[in-house]
Amino acid sequence: MPIRSLKSAGRWLLAILLFAAGVWAQRSGVIEDFIYYLPDVRYLAVQHLFLTAVSGSLAIVIAVPLGIVLSRPSMARFAESLMQVLNVGTTIPTLAVLALSMSFLGIGTTPAIFGLTVATLLPITRNTYVGLKGVSPALMEAAAGLGMSPAQRLFRVELPNALYVIFAGIRTALAINVGTVPLAFLIGAGGLGELIFTGIDLYDTVMMLAGAIPTALLAVIVDALVAVVAFLVVPRGVNPSRA
Amino acid sequence: MIRLDNLTKVFDTPKGAVVAADHINMEVPRGEICILLGPSGCGKTTTLKMINRIVRATSGKVFLDGEDTTGMNTQDLRRNIGYVIQQIGLFPNMTIEENITVVPRLLGWDRAAYKKRARELMDMIAMDAEAFLKRYPSELSGGQQQRIGVARALAADPPVMLMDEPFGAIDPINRAVIQDEFLKMQAELKKTILFVSHDIDEAIKMGDRIAIFREGKLVQYSAPDDLLSAPRNGFVESFLGEDRALKRLNLVKVREVFSDEMGAVKPDDTLETALARIDDFGYQNAILMVNDHGEPAGMITRSVARTTRGYCRDHYQTAPPVAQLDDDLRKVASLMFANDTTWLPCVDAQGRVCGHITQRAMTHHLGSRYRSRPEDSAPLRSQPETKE
Ligand SMILES: Nc1ncnc2c1ncn2[C@@H]1O[C@H](COP(=O)(O)OP(=O)(O)OP(=O)(O)O)[C@@H](O)[C@H]1O
Ligand SMILES: [Mg+2]
Repeated sequence: MPIRSLKSAGRWLLAILLFAAGVWAQRSGVIEDFIYYLPDVRYLAVQHLFLTAVSGSLAIVIAVPLGIVLSRPSMARFAESLMQVLNVGTTIPTLAVLALSMSFLGIGTTPAIFGLTVATLLPITRNTYVGLKGVSPALMEAAAGLGMSPAQRLFRVELPNALYVIFAGIRTALAINVGTVPLAFLIGAGGLGELIFTGIDLYDTVMMLAGAIPTALLAVIVDALVAVVAFLVVPRGVNPSRA
Repeated sequence: MIRLDNLTKVFDTPKGAVVAADHINMEVPRGEICILLGPSGCGKTTTLKMINRIVRATSGKVFLDGEDTTGMNTQDLRRNIGYVIQQIGLFPNMTIEENITVVPRLLGWDRAAYKKRARELMDMIAMDAEAFLKRYPSELSGGQQQRIGVARALAADPPVMLMDEPFGAIDPINRAVIQDEFLKMQAELKKTILFVSHDIDEAIKMGDRIAIFREGKLVQYSAPDDLLSAPRNGFVESFLGEDRALKRLNLVKVREVFSDEMGAVKPDDTLETALARIDDFGYQNAILMVNDHGEPAGMITRSVARTTRGYCRDHYQTAPPVAQLDDDLRKVASLMFANDTTWLPCVDAQGRVCGHITQRAMTHHLGSRYRSRPEDSAPLRSQPETKE
């Protein structure tokens, strides 16, 4: 009971604070300033999403098959060492990756997409590999014993059972991706980073927030979207969120 | 039907070679259940898995229906062999229905056909189709999962079944029920089955033949009764346990031991007649009273018959328990012990008294096999004498 009343008190407090913030924003003209940036935000958000969509899809299209190939028994000899390389790769800051890709692809959208794809690739490959390797040997044996071909085993047993882990990888990767896209501005690919970095340079808080808040919102929305897709796509029997 | 010819598996491990199966020779006739029995790690699973090539044999051959399987396509071979793995291995991403129709779907059956098959299979394993078909494996108990595993292996009606401890995860009571169901099913389906177990009682109950393994070698391959009455060596003997004679009680039916000679009285007979009959038949304590339908109705004891006058219908005691002709001797022995008696009346399927069975007849029947050991298991012997 005390926890309950504490919660409802907290809710009231939040509502009051929000209201106060609203009043302050109105008084100080922040809202009007925001509205001033709205066309920019709209244009840059589309650019931002374009970068995410292209690099994200490229990453998925490359990483999932790569993970599958690495998890095949015939690859066992190279797979572990390759995964080690990928793990090291994950620790390289995305900014460095972008800088590197700029150094041989020049500036613009192409190097940005390349850099983002590489950064997004790693978690998906790793999760695909780990997810597939984690499918219980008993299932694999049952599938083989019932007369499934290697391809049937992959598509009917391995992938469905690894899907939850694979989606977890995609979710992490895309969250990183959306959050990293602002850096793409630095190598001339546009996106909401334009508002953020220019805002910082000009010491214009509102401009910076006009870039930062939509970026945060986009990250949340993309994450939720992936979660919904995962919820729908991962078979119910292996989907902890639908148990 | 299934013939193993010098089947051998050597695993190369970092610690050296492990011979998991060493020149196994055996033959399972069509429609029979052969139990592979032995202590943990003796090579039962390995031998089983070489038949459907989950494990590649190092050397030796497997024949199905007289045909060498070496050249067969692996997928085709496996689709004709039902396989129940030791770890159950249901696919968690599929519903129960999808699980048990995996093989029919692989074989390209149309939707209506495999849906119908799913229901038939659920009937066969005595599970409610409505309640279970749409569930996922994680929503079933271990025992239910094992039954589904058996149904999945049976789905495309393969002539041969390989079952690796299919009832291992079930508590003893339910296990007995499932074993009975399975035997009933097998009586109709007549599959050729290789069945791994390490439970001697299960082996005796389920097996037409039992193959005892030890450290990769087939030590003895006999019918259960021969195995119990004539174990080949000390290892088999100790594996079967000190009470192996008692275990044979499971294998013998009342029908084989009972005597159809039976003295009885009717309710309308006098106690005098009863006493005379007791003496005529040489009974010690009492005589059975049967009603007009031939069903047991009571007992007249010697002391009552001797000291009282009148009709049986007025002076009887409650009837003793009875043995059915198809009961096994273990149940009969248990009834005798529980009721402190050395004999039981036997009744036929209609409940009419048709004879009696005595403790003496039972011990005589069991003992006769030991007196004539061990040459009587010769016809089933297929393995050269292994040294002990
Ligand atoms: N893949 C493998 N690699 C190396 N050794 C193995 C392998 N599989 C089995 N063995 C060894 O082969 C022997 C026989 O194993 P197997 O699994 O056939 O035993 P089992 O009779 O089925 O035992 P259990 O009753 O415990 O299931 C054991 O000594 C085991 O350690
Ligand atoms: Mg085993």
